[in-house]
Amino acid sequence: MIQLEHVTKTYPKASRPSLDEVSCGIEKGEFVFFIGPSGSGKSTIIKLLLHEITPNQGRVVVNGRDVTSMRSWKIPHFRRSIGCVFQDFRLLPNRTAYENVAFALEVIGKTKAVARRVVPEVLELVGLGGKEHRYPHELSGGEQQRVAVARAFVNRPLILLADEPTGNLDPDTSIEIMRLLDRINRTGTTVVMVTHDSNIVNQMRRRVVEIESGRIVRDQARGVYG
Amino acid sequence: MQRAKYVLSEVMVGLWRNVTMTIAMIITMAVSLAMLGASGLMYLQVNSMKDFYYDQIEVAIFLNNDVTDQQRSALDAALHGDPLVAQVIYESKEQAHEKFKTMYADAPDLVNAVKPGQLPESFRVRLKNPEQFEQINEKYKNNEGVETIVDQQRLLDKIFNILGAVQNMALLAASVMAIAALLLVGNTIQVAAYSKRREVAVMKLVGASNWFIQAPFVLEAVVAGFIGSIIAFVALVLGKWFLLDGSLRDLTELLTPLGWSDVLLMLPLMAGAGAVVSAVTAWVTLRFYLRV
Repeated sequence: MIQLEHVTKTYPKASRPSLDEVSCGIEKGEFVFFIGPSGSGKSTIIKLLLHEITPNQGRVVVNGRDVTSMRSWKIPHFRRSIGCVFQDFRLLPNRTAYENVAFALEVIGKTKAVARRVVPEVLELVGLGGKEHRYPHELSGGEQQRVAVARAFVNRPLILLADEPTGNLDPDTSIEIMRLLDRINRTGTTVVMVTHDSNIVNQMRRRVVEIESGRIVRDQARGVYG
Repeated sequence: MQRAKYVLSEVMVGLWRNVTMTIAMIITMAVSLAMLGASGLMYLQVNSMKDFYYDQIEVAIFLNNDVTDQQRSALDAALHGDPLVAQVIYESKEQAHEKFKTMYADAPDLVNAVKPGQLPESFRVRLKNPEQFEQINEKYKNNEGVETIVDQQRLLDKIFNILGAVQNMALLAASVMAIAALLLVGNTIQVAAYSKRREVAVMKLVGASNWFIQAPFVLEAVVAGFIGSIIAFVALVLGKWFLLDGSLRDLTELLTPLGWSDVLLMLPLMAGAGAVVSAVTAWVTLRFYLRV
């Protein structure tokens, strides 16, 4: 599903590479944690998978397609097969929960009729039934992240990327979000999550890839934060 | 259909959100385009005047008062046989006086002061190529009985030079205003892109196509350019109405009249220039501010 092959990424003006000859494979339907201290390069992996940045060396293959050599006009279509959740939610403040999710559908050309059918369903799935017409500021942090997850999942992507999705949430709320991601994983969606929340990693007991100074130092099925 | 509706509503919201900037953009665009249209009209005007006058233009060979019949008929024969000459008409003293009387019918004092016989007789020569005056001048100025040779084209060229200078000034003003308009378009697009940065970030994230992200911004500029061109067109129409057909009427009767069809022709020119220039500017600005 996802292949990193000897990927090296050095940001301009950086003294050492963020990722140094990293190779890693992720199968379809897997749930993988990338852990490591701040600045270890784990968020760089998310950016590479989204083609927000390109590696200096090596190949990134997502869903059978070489992202590295992809033409720029093909990127938007490629991103439709990937859902993405961030620490800061990235919701539109002047739109309701329903509208935030529907927006993601409308801007890729889905009709309002499709949105009316699909959006309530996905909001129900993330546990926001009945709160469709609240604005982000009327929702708690956990609820806002659920809206973000709903938006990421509404297109039924093959891959869900989560960049520290619990970074802004208290432990109990974090666990609820993790349950939600786990449920999405069980529908067959590959989940890649970047975090440094040791509690969560230890509770979930999934594959853990630890990165330090741009290198993979541990890759463990059913791992703990360590 | 859905998406077209979305894009259009975004355009309207965008123009309205930043309405002072939008107005500034439209005004500079309108002034610049009006200048462009005016110089376009002047170009058409000069061309039609050239066609009109060069057709009638003559070289006048005035004869001495004491010219003999022999000299006159020799010159007549020479002119008729000249390959540069298209047509020769002899104008006697009496004919010259008649012409003078009708030309200055408004000034009877002047007409009365000039007696028949005081005006010189002349040959009115039409050249095959009006540019070849110098050759004719060289050839005949030393002939017996020739007083002076006058090229009426010279006079006309002076008028054309003035019109040309005015046209160049209008073009210069148009391009200076165009630079101001372009900067305003660029700035408006930047402000619009900034105020919609969250939407744009989400659109990129969920994979909206580039054209879909950029279209509202580009269309915003195009709509402003288009409105500017319509205002410029109205300004040209008013200019013709009140200036050319109004207070400057005496002047314009001297020139060939400027038709409404010529004015109308400027509308697609200005609308096209306004829309294309705004679109390109907006698009280029977006290449810098909305990296994918």
